[in-house]
Amino acid sequence: MDMKSLYLLIALSPLVGSIIAGLFGWAIGRRASHVVTILGVAVSAALSFKVLYAFLSGQAEVFNAPVYTWLTVGGYEFSVGFLVDSLTAMMLVVVTFVSLMVHIYTIGYMQEDPGYQRFFSYISLFTFSMLMLVMSNNFIQLFFGWEAVGLVSYLLIGFWFKRPTAIYANLKAFLVNRVGDFGFLLGIGLVLAYFGGSLNYSDVFAAAPALASKTIQIIPGCDWSLLTVTCILLFIGAMGKSAQFPLHVWLPDSMEGPTPISALIHAATMVTAGIFMVSRMSPLFEMSDTALNVVLVAGSITALFMGFLGIVQNDIKRVVAYSTLSQLGYMTVALGASAYPVAMFHVMTHAFFKALLFLGAGSVIMGMHHDQDMRNMGGLRKYMPITWLTSLLGSLALIGTPFFSGFYSKDSIIEAVQLSHLPAAGFAYFAVIAGVFVTAFYSFRMYFLVFHGKERWMEKKDDHHHGHDDHDHHHGLGPNDKPHESPWVVTLPLVLLAIPSVLVGFFAIEPLVYGSFFKGVIAIHSEAHPALEELAHEFHGASAMGMHAFTSLPFLLALAGVVTAWFFYMKAPQIPAAIKQKFSFINQVLENKYYLDELYYAVFAKGSRALGTFFWKVGDMLLIDGLVVNGAAKLVGTFSKLVRKLQTGFIYSYAMTMIIGVLALMTLWFSQIILR
Amino acid sequence: MNWADLNLMPALPELFMSVAILVILMLDAFISDAKRGLHYGLALLTLAGCAVLQVQTYSAVPVHTFSGMFVSDALSSLVKLAMYGSTAMVLVYSRQYIADRGLLRGEFFSLALFALLGMNIMVSASHFLSLYMGLELLSLSLYSLIALQRDEVKATEAAMKYFVLGALASGLLLYGISMIYGATGTLDLALVAKAIKLHTANDMLLVFGLVFIVAGLCFKLGTVPFHMWVPDVYQGSATAVTLMVGAAPKLAAFVFVLRILVQGMEAMVADWQAMLALVAVLSMAIGNITAIAQTNIKRMLAYSTISHMGFLLLGLLAGTPDGYAAALFYSLIYVLMSMVSFGILLGLSRAGFECETLDDLKGLNSRNSWYALLMLLTMFSMAGVPPLAGFYAKFAVIKAIVDIHLYWLAIIAVMMSLIGAFYYLRVVKNIYFDEAQDTSAIVMRADMKLVLSINAVALLVLGMLPERVIELCIQAMKQSLTVI
Repeated sequence: MDMKSLYLLIALSPLVGSIIAGLFGWAIGRRASHVVTILGVAVSAALSFKVLYAFLSGQAEVFNAPVYTWLTVGGYEFSVGFLVDSLTAMMLVVVTFVSLMVHIYTIGYMQEDPGYQRFFSYISLFTFSMLMLVMSNNFIQLFFGWEAVGLVSYLLIGFWFKRPTAIYANLKAFLVNRVGDFGFLLGIGLVLAYFGGSLNYSDVFAAAPALASKTIQIIPGCDWSLLTVTCILLFIGAMGKSAQFPLHVWLPDSMEGPTPISALIHAATMVTAGIFMVSRMSPLFEMSDTALNVVLVAGSITALFMGFLGIVQNDIKRVVAYSTLSQLGYMTVALGASAYPVAMFHVMTHAFFKALLFLGAGSVIMGMHHDQDMRNMGGLRKYMPITWLTSLLGSLALIGTPFFSGFYSKDSIIEAVQLSHLPAAGFAYFAVIAGVFVTAFYSFRMYFLVFHGKERWMEKKDDHHHGHDDHDHHHGLGPNDKPHESPWVVTLPLVLLAIPSVLVGFFAIEPLVYGSFFKGVIAIHSEAHPALEELAHEFHGASAMGMHAFTSLPFLLALAGVVTAWFFYMKAPQIPAAIKQKFSFINQVLENKYYLDELYYAVFAKGSRALGTFFWKVGDMLLIDGLVVNGAAKLVGTFSKLVRKLQTGFIYSYAMTMIIGVLALMTLWFSQIILR
Repeated sequence: MNWADLNLMPALPELFMSVAILVILMLDAFISDAKRGLHYGLALLTLAGCAVLQVQTYSAVPVHTFSGMFVSDALSSLVKLAMYGSTAMVLVYSRQYIADRGLLRGEFFSLALFALLGMNIMVSASHFLSLYMGLELLSLSLYSLIALQRDEVKATEAAMKYFVLGALASGLLLYGISMIYGATGTLDLALVAKAIKLHTANDMLLVFGLVFIVAGLCFKLGTVPFHMWVPDVYQGSATAVTLMVGAAPKLAAFVFVLRILVQGMEAMVADWQAMLALVAVLSMAIGNITAIAQTNIKRMLAYSTISHMGFLLLGLLAGTPDGYAAALFYSLIYVLMSMVSFGILLGLSRAGFECETLDDLKGLNSRNSWYALLMLLTMFSMAGVPPLAGFYAKFAVIKAIVDIHLYWLAIIAVMMSLIGAFYYLRVVKNIYFDEAQDTSAIVMRADMKLVLSINAVALLVLGMLPERVIELCIQAMKQSLTVI
């Protein structure tokens, strides 16, 4: 099989599964629907592993060729093409593996849902879109994949479309992503306009060095560097998709969707598309320090401040969601520090342990009969041993315990930021190092609340039905019920995901970050941004790094976080309540998510509604409806009635009209002849 | 005149038709009222015979006869075949209607065939005299057809108006012809064309004549400002007669205009092009806009006809072979469309009830969804909705004027068809979305049902596969117009 058909097979087999399950799911039934979609994704995953292995062992060559020309307009060719290099290969494996796990998990999780086939169709469609996104060799296909994953994300957030909260959440995700996509599209427009008229990555990157000092005037009289503007616009797209501050507001609400998609889309894959895109565009970003500073600042704000919000959440999925936001901030910070391989490394490890944590949370939710409130949980360890163990491993990976995969990627990010020379690096370093404590604290707060302590559902009052987590089928456990471990289709993916969550970092750090894996794919301007190169000098193997870490600041902070969480929630639960009372102002701010939703609602939502109302009243009602449409209709009507009156029915007036007609014709033509 | 030179073969269909008409007329005196159906059969047979003879006598090059007054060429053959077809359809559609109204007599059929004979002469004439003779034969037959319902006040009024105004128009036309004769000294179209081309004629006199001729021609086509008769005649006549007036004669009139302006006076194209442009704009505007205010569907269709004639003129005034072919195609499609619309009205009428207001069509879908669909197809076609034939017809004429860079005219044409879409779609709305006021069953003869269905479906088929017919039109124009 040649490479082209291999890559086509990788991309298309999930699509085939999706189409069969989506269009014929009603006919073939539930079982056949999940079999066909899982088969499609499994084929993709197996082939992706083969591709990654080829790249790791150095046998594979970069594949960059068009597969299909879609249309040619005014000299621009829009084609579907694949660029498969080591970066793509890594993403292929992450996407298809996590997707496969989620597919299997879904069999258990969605067992009783009437939309079973539809769900499988959507997640397979999502897999296809994501694969198209990462395999693209040009901006137009990238944008297609970008929008397609956004669409499926929208559909899946609103999967339970009868819940008003789900509809609100998917609309919000859609609108916020529009803001990001608008910037992204403008960025692509600039690329098309200035970078040699081509949208292929290779052409654009080849044209970029010549444009280093080119300036454009968007506001007359203001010279801006073309590359900076382009990169910032592209990054705005990444901010929307990867939920960076201030466009992060949609991600916590996206938890309204079923848990498997939270794991797949809103933790492991789609939200990392922005990180992937910036890494792909590294030749452009490397040429603009301004843009890198913007990336650093956005990333550090997200990393730290979203972590704070995780502390006050009571909904188990929302804790994981804020943790995702914070980790995405870490990745973005790595991008800003020009440590693209480190960012991609963290994308990979995070995909595994965060998918694990989400699926574990889903398993807990199932055990709790769809109660998501952690205040009703506790002591689940003995009822759900596999879920407990895998979640513990996931949490340890997340907080960066030495030798766990999360440790290698996160520690590398912290060190890279420390070595970065950019002006914003100081702030970023503070953010990521403080973030370590916060991460450890909220992760183990969740862990202790869920798996240890008293079995609180037994003393549950019926007053937890309030606020945003009020779902219509939110029944939960009664005082006499016992939680039960989930079926094997749920626990198997947990186990399979736990393995890479623990191990992958140890084995992958050397080839991925310090080896030649990304050579020629990710461009780093080493003189201007030497962070990664300096980091390589300090690296003496994975085990040495792990041993060394026990004395380092991040480890101590993480340990402090865990201990604090233990003390607050196991030992002295009255302390958090007291803090809450004492610092009610801070608690208020956090519980209201810094009032950003309110701000956006008041300024953007209300503002645009007011603007819309204005245009509707003046533009539509008055100008278009009133003057143009109704006006024209009235004019026609009036004219019509007038002409009707001329049709008197009297023969002499008819004859008169004819004579006048002849006279008019004669006058017209004879005046012309006389004038000649 | 040398008898041996008198080759009557080119006029064989016309001769056959004349004899057949006389037979029908004679028979009328001998058969009882109960056997009137015989006329119907005979008339259809006559038309079939004419069609066969028309095909048999076709020659690849134009053939003249009657001392060059009569010509048989591809254009006339094609148009005559279309006229036989449309007249046959008129007879089929009208059969029950005229029987219900006591008109099923020899007069109706013989007058209809006389009108057809007049049209045949019009399209085959190559001389001003034969042109005029054909026109008058057609007109007189139509006047009498309209007046056939002599007890109907409206019908007699319509006949009277048509007659008086028609006489006025004939006068204008004859006056114009006499001017041309004065300027060129001949009535033969070919010789007139030659004289104008060689500038041996007085320009002033020619333009003077042209104005009158255009006025007369515009009356026959029913274009603004010579259109006043159209709504009154359409509304006043029995629907069967309206169909007779509205369908085939438009084809004949189109060829009539083509013969005079293109074959006879092509050298003056700049003059008549501008005149026709003016008339076309006025027709499209007044026709479409006034149609909106109509509540009587026959009257609405009359104004719709006026606007269609405006569109047809667009192709004609383009002054290019493609334009003429587009106009011919337009007129053929127009005839097909008006056949279905009036056919439905005829089918919905019954003894003692005339289907003629927009309200009468309300809820047709709930009464009979097939007829509703046929009417929908026709209205969409008239509005120019793809993929129906009406779209392609409009497209072809607009393309013809875009080709000669008359963009402003093309824009007006598109705007006007946009306005026109309103009242066509209103009919569709009445049919599909309103409650039926009249719920009586619709009875149609089987032959009528069949022909009507074929007629309407043809609009769809021709809209999707127009090439064959367009090609025929282009060939006909090429063959007939190159001889001048």
